Amino acid sequence: MGFLDKLKLTRLKEGLLKTRDDVMRKVSRVIRAKRKIDDALLDEIEEILILGDVGVATTTRIIDRVRERVRKERYEDAMELLRLMKEEVAALFEKSDVRTNGIAIEVPDGARPFVIMVVGVNGVGKTTTIGKLAYNYRSSGKKVVIGAADTFRAAANEQLEVWATRADVDIIQQQHGSDPAAVAYDTLQSAIAKNADVVIIDTAGRLHTKTNLMEELKKIKRVMGKLMPDAPHEVLLVLDAATGQNAIQQAQQFSLAVEVTGLVITKLDGTAKGGVVIGVSGELGVPVKYIGVGEKIDDLQVFDSEAFVDALFEAFSAEEDVAE
Amino acid sequence: MFETLTDKLEGALKRIRGEHRISEANVEESLREVRRALLDADVNFQVVKDFIDSVKSQAVGVDVLKSLSPGQQIVKILYDELVLLMGSERADLQYAKSGPTIILVAGLQGSGKTTFSAKLARHLKEKGRLPLLVAADVYRPAAIGQLKQLAASIDVPVYSGDETSPLRIVEEALEHARKNLRDTIIIDTAGRLSIDEAMMQEIADIKDRVRPTEILFVVDAMTGQDAVNTAKAFHDRLDFDGAVLTKLDGDTRGGAALSIRKVVDKPIKFVSLGEKLDALEPFHPDRMASRILGMGDIVTLAEKAQEQFDEKEAEKLEAKMRKNQFTLEDFYAQLQQIKKMGSLSSILEMIPGMGKALKGVDVDEKSFVRIEAMIMSMTPEERRKPAIINGSRRKRIAGGSGTSIQEVNRLLKQFEEMQKMMKRLTKGGARQFAKGLMQNR
Repeated sequence: MGFLDKLKLTRLKEGLLKTRDDVMRKVSRVIRAKRKIDDALLDEIEEILILGDVGVATTTRIIDRVRERVRKERYEDAMELLRLMKEEVAALFEKSDVRTNGIAIEVPDGARPFVIMVVGVNGVGKTTTIGKLAYNYRSSGKKVVIGAADTFRAAANEQLEVWATRADVDIIQQQHGSDPAAVAYDTLQSAIAKNADVVIIDTAGRLHTKTNLMEELKKIKRVMGKLMPDAPHEVLLVLDAATGQNAIQQAQQFSLAVEVTGLVITKLDGTAKGGVVIGVSGELGVPVKYIGVGEKIDDLQVFDSEAFVDALFEAFSAEEDVAE
Repeated sequence: MFETLTDKLEGALKRIRGEHRISEANVEESLREVRRALLDADVNFQVVKDFIDSVKSQAVGVDVLKSLSPGQQIVKILYDELVLLMGSERADLQYAKSGPTIILVAGLQGSGKTTFSAKLARHLKEKGRLPLLVAADVYRPAAIGQLKQLAASIDVPVYSGDETSPLRIVEEALEHARKNLRDTIIIDTAGRLSIDEAMMQEIADIKDRVRPTEILFVVDAMTGQDAVNTAKAFHDRLDFDGAVLTKLDGDTRGGAALSIRKVVDKPIKFVSLGEKLDALEPFHPDRMASRILGMGDIVTLAEKAQEQFDEKEAEKLEAKMRKNQFTLEDFYAQLQQIKKMGSLSSILEMIPGMGKALKGVDVDEKSFVRIEAMIMSMTPEERRKPAIINGSRRKRIAGGSGTSIQEVNRLLKQFEEMQKMMKRLTKGGARQFAKGLMQNR
C-alpha cells in the first residue's frame, strides 16, 4: 500500500485543485459579490460551468435542481447556493456509482490474470496511461504483461516498448499490421502461462464513428473471452480533459461496443477544466477511475469521487475562510 | 461532418417556418436553440454570445423575402455571419520568396502533429515541391520512429540526427536540406502544454533561430472550451500564421473552428480527416459555413473530382449518361474513379443533404468490393446488356463473386434504377441511389 498513500488524497487534490480552483474561485467570487440568489446570479454560474466544459445539458440540470430547491426550501442567502451545487454535483457522481475510494489500483481478488483493456480515440494518451498503470501495478509487486494490440499506428509498438522498459514489465507484440485480436489472444495466453497478475491490452486509437474499427475492438474483446470467459475484467476508456462535449458521444459509442467499465481522464495538468467528467459520468453512469496529471511515469492518480467533489468546492471554502 | 450541429440548427429553425415576418418573439425562441446547439458544438461561450447578439440584431424586423421562408432567411443571416466569423476567404500556405520554405508545426500532446506533418509533406510533394521532414520531438517515446515510418510510406526524407536538443536538430536539418536541395522543410515538434514554460520557451527559441515561413498550430477538432485558451497562449508566444483542425472525420462538431478564428484572428488553413495520409483538405471558411448549415459542400467534391477524374473519361461518361448508354462496365470504371477520390463516406458527406440522409446508415467501404466482384464475374456481354442476365446467369455470377443471388438481384435492380435516375439526375434520386447502394450488403 506504500506507494498508494503517496498517490492518495494530497496529490489528487493538487492535480484537481489547480484546474477546478479556477472554476470554483470564479463561482465563489460571483456568489460573494451578490448576497441574494436571483436569476442573474444563476446565469453567471451557468456561464462558469459551461466554460468549464460541463456541458449545457448537465449544467442546466444542476442549475434547474438548484433553482427548484431554492424556491421550495426558500434559500435566500447566496452562500447556501454553494452547498446546494456541491450536493447536486455529488448526486450526479453517486448515480454513476463511483465508490473507488482510492484503491482502484489494487488488483481485486478473484481470477488471475486480471485483464484490463484500454480504448479511446486517437491522441488521448492511451499508451502513456498504460505505461503509468503498468508501473503502478509493478511497484505494488504485481507481475504485469502488456499486449501491444495497436498494430496500426506507425511506431506504436516502439512507443509502448519504451514504457514497458521504464515500468520493467513484459510486453507481447507482433509485426506492424498484424491482427490486433491475435496479439491480445497471445498476450493473455502468455500471461496465463507465466502466472501473471495483470494483463493490460493497448489498442489503436480510433474514432468512435468508424464502424469497422469498432467491430475490430469487439473482436479483440471477444477472443480474450475464449481464453478466460470473464476477460477483460476492466475496459478503460481514456478521455482527453481538453475534449468538449464529444466526450459524451465517445463514451456512449465505446460503451456500446465494448462495455466500458471505467474512465481515465488525461492531461488534467493543462488548462482544460475537465468539466466533461461530470457530464460523462453523470449521464452514462460510468465511473472515473484514474486521472493523468503529467508525462512522468508516476503521474497517474486514482480518481476518488468524494475527493473530487471536495476538491471542487474546497477552493471556495478556503477562500471564504480567508475572507471571513 | 458537423452533422450534429446541422441537425440541431435545422431542428431549431423548424420552429419559425411558416411565419411571414421575423419578430423579436419568433427569433428569440429559435436563437435560444441555436445558442444551445453552438454550445453543444463546443463553440466558446463568449463567441456564441457575440454571434447570437449579432444575428439577432440583424434578424429582428427583417421582412421575409417573397422567395424565402423565415427559416431560410435566418439561415441566410446565420450563414453570412458564420462566414464572416471564420474569415471570408480561404487562406493558403505561404512560401518563401527565396531560399527554402520552412514550416513549423506546433500544438498540444495528441493533437495530431506528426500525422499532419506527414500529410502536409505528401500534399506538397504532390504539388511538385521537395519536402524534408524534421523529427524534432525528442521527448515522446518513438515519436521519431513514427515520423520515419510515415515518411517512408510517402517516400519523403526525414532528418532526425542524433542530437537530443530539438534546436540543434533543427539547425542541422536546415544544413541538410541545403546540401540535399530540399526546398520545403516541415518541422514536427513535441506536443506541449501552453502552461509549460520551459517547453514554450524551447519552441520560441526554435522559431527565433529558423525564422519559419509559416507556423501552423495543430488543434484537435474535438477540443472544448479550452481551445480558445490554448490557441491564445500559443499565439501569444509564436504568433502563428494559421491553424490546422484535425480529427474532423469523427462526429465532433468542431466548434473550435469557429472560436479559434475569432479569438486569435488567424485563419484555419487545413482540415485533417483521417489516418490515411491523403486525408488532408484545405480549409474553406465559406464552404465550412454552408456545411454547418446543412448546405453540403458540393464545391469541395467538384474540386476533388477534378483532381482525380480523367477529364476525357468524364466527358465520355457524361455523354453516355445523357444517351442512356451507361453500362455496368462504365459503372465499374466509375467506381474505380470514386475510389481514387477517398473514402466513400467522406465523399458522400460532401453532397448536400447527404449527411442527413445517411445518418444511421452504415457506410460500408467494403460494399464496393462486393459490387466489383459481382461485375467482374459477369461476361463482357452481360456487363453491356444486363437485361440478358437470367436466373442461371445470376446463379453463376453469385457463385463466381462469392455473393448471393439476392445481392446480384439487388445490384441489377439498383443499376436499372440508376440508369433511370441518370435521365433525371435529380438530387432526390442521387440521394436515394447512394442510400440504396450503401445498404447493399
